[in-house]
Amino acid sequence: MTTPPASLVDRHVGFVHALRAAGLPVSPAEGLDAAHALMVVDLSDRETLREAYAATLVKRPAHRPGFDTLFDLWFPPVISGAGGTAVAEEAEKAEDAELPELRERLAELLMGDPADPAFREFARAMVGRFGQVQAAPGRQSWFSFPVLRALSPETLVARMLAAMLDERGGLPEKVARRHISRTIEAFTEAVAADVRRRIAEESGIEKIARSAVRPPIDQVDFLRATKDELARLRREVHPLARRLATRLSIRHRRGRRGRLDFRRTVRASLSTGGVPLTTHLRPPRPHRPELVVLCDASDSVSTFSHFTLLLTFALREQFTKVRAFAFVDTVDEITRLFAPGADVLDAIGRLTRDADIVRFGRTDYGHVFERFAERFPDAVGPRTSLLILGDARSNYQAPALGTLKRLAGQARHAYWLNPEPRAQWDTGDSLATSYGSVVAMHECRNVAQLAAFVETLA
Amino acid sequence: MWFASPDEVRGRLAAVDYLADDGIATSVFLAGALGKPLLAEGPAGVGKTQLAKAVAQATGARLIRLQCYEGLDEARALYEWNYKKQLLRIQADDGAWDDIFSEEFLLERPLLKAIRSEEPTVLLIDETDKADVEVEGLLLEILSDYQVTIPELGTITAARRPYVVLTSNATRELSEALKRRCLYLHLDYPTPERERDILLAQVPGLPAGIADQLARTVATLRALELKKSPSIAETVDWAHTLLALGRTELDEALIGETLGVVLKHNSDQVRAAKELGLPAR
Repeated sequence: MTTPPASLVDRHVGFVHALRAAGLPVSPAEGLDAAHALMVVDLSDRETLREAYAATLVKRPAHRPGFDTLFDLWFPPVISGAGGTAVAEEAEKAEDAELPELRERLAELLMGDPADPAFREFARAMVGRFGQVQAAPGRQSWFSFPVLRALSPETLVARMLAAMLDERGGLPEKVARRHISRTIEAFTEAVAADVRRRIAEESGIEKIARSAVRPPIDQVDFLRATKDELARLRREVHPLARRLATRLSIRHRRGRRGRLDFRRTVRASLSTGGVPLTTHLRPPRPHRPELVVLCDASDSVSTFSHFTLLLTFALREQFTKVRAFAFVDTVDEITRLFAPGADVLDAIGRLTRDADIVRFGRTDYGHVFERFAERFPDAVGPRTSLLILGDARSNYQAPALGTLKRLAGQARHAYWLNPEPRAQWDTGDSLATSYGSVVAMHECRNVAQLAAFVETLA
Repeated sequence: MWFASPDEVRGRLAAVDYLADDGIATSVFLAGALGKPLLAEGPAGVGKTQLAKAVAQATGARLIRLQCYEGLDEARALYEWNYKKQLLRIQADDGAWDDIFSEEFLLERPLLKAIRSEEPTVLLIDETDKADVEVEGLLLEILSDYQVTIPELGTITAARRPYVVLTSNATRELSEALKRRCLYLHLDYPTPERERDILLAQVPGLPAGIADQLARTVATLRALELKKSPSIAETVDWAHTLLALGRTELDEALIGETLGVVLKHNSDQVRAAKELGLPAR
């Protein structure tokens, strides 16, 4: 085995450090694996190099987007000429074509396959042409915004649909729209990647790397999630609920292997002359935890409650006995909206219309707990885990601590998940510490914290 | 050596009808070249198990499969003593106490079989996430040193390193220790272009136009928020169904009629029909 040139080692080390700085847990052993991998792959093939790094260093899908961004910065594509004559031609055409012509070409590319090298090359040429902005006197900088404004791919949609379809409407249009939105997304990403590359070339990799990588999806704050992130978070929920359910039942099963199945054991002993060598055990009874969820559905925590309702819904399918209640300043049972097989988005939509959870529209935890104890006296019993989800901000109303204490006393366990950062607890109208002294309160701002919490639930 | 380059991986897997993208080809190549186990994770039905089978088929190696489930233990994963045979031996011959722990009474289970195999072997540890946490501990020794310790016999080291593929649906997070020892491959739903090629490879006689339409329709379905997104396997089933029906044109009515092949929950079907504007049944 030969030693790679020093510059490659430096680059490798720098890259691994940058990954760690961006929150990827890369151990020294994994760094070594990656270095070994570099020795056996063809370094001139950039995609192979990328995948070799990914296979050795990235062990969670949530970390992949950040990895790709950093890889593009540390191992930028070779520009001009390397892609063959067709690509060079593409770049040349882009340099001096008129805008309508460019938009024509873009539409053509967007209807095709985003993996086509011409696609990336076009994005690069467009950044070269439109992406430069005078940031300060004498200083140039690069942005994606002017590129997308000049070409405005969104305004091409109608034209592309007309070209792709014989007639509008129905399923074919849905399918075509889906394809176009995917390619537009790919184009936007290609432009952003090239902008990052150009900035890195001018002002150094380290400077841009810090701002370019967004936190992995399991660390996105519930209260600050963008619409886009919320959609991705929703996709995390079902696997999460399944994972939680498996965890709950696995934990319970351990240590209790089931009772001896006497008949089967005796019958099996016949083949060994009556000596019971193999013991057969009855399968243990499946454990069915009962869960009561009380969820704050007010506007201040709407993203959080949206997410927790989805979680409740997912848990509902995993367990036989989950009762869900939603509240703002009064409380209503919403279990029926989440019947198995129901459509979850539909259910959340109906929640605000059908359920009786709003009196005046200002969250009032005290009133909620009292109403809850009064209307559903049988909901919380000795086998129930009570789960309260909310920010404990009660608009300066009476807290009804006594009622909550009684509820928590009846339940087997009681937990409170608070989507606010711990530092903001007890500020303003927050009653975090008062409630926290009655029911153990956990900070729960992202999927990672939620997953960590449910591990303690069993 | 298993493969000489990622390109060779791609070629030889394609010869057994498995279409590998850059990620798959590179990790499959590295797993062979670095002698490390490959952990393939992703949703059900994207071809994780199929990948191990394809590697075995492409290299002419023997495939040994360990299917994981809750309650899987050493006796069923690694080795077990043949108690009945031992008992009979003791009853037949009083002086046999000494040699009842020998090769003759050892029952090989998949892991030991793979370690001791003289011929090239692909060891598939399927659905690792279904097994209990203790099994992961058992796997660690085997996966890092390719050896097994049997108290009565001593340590058995691999005659020839097997090519190890682990699969997981990520229903629970595998331990850091296990992940650190493995190369990681996240398999996800393919792009419509790749799925079209998979359909064409897997379903002979399928017109290219329909394959393209099917792949794009399935991609549209996956973008909806469904309980269970259609897998590649189900797309392939769908293509077979259309062929069996003898239809050459994929229209909305036909999609509506055959939606049950890819969507297995009533609520998913209702949602898809509503969102895609399919005719009501």
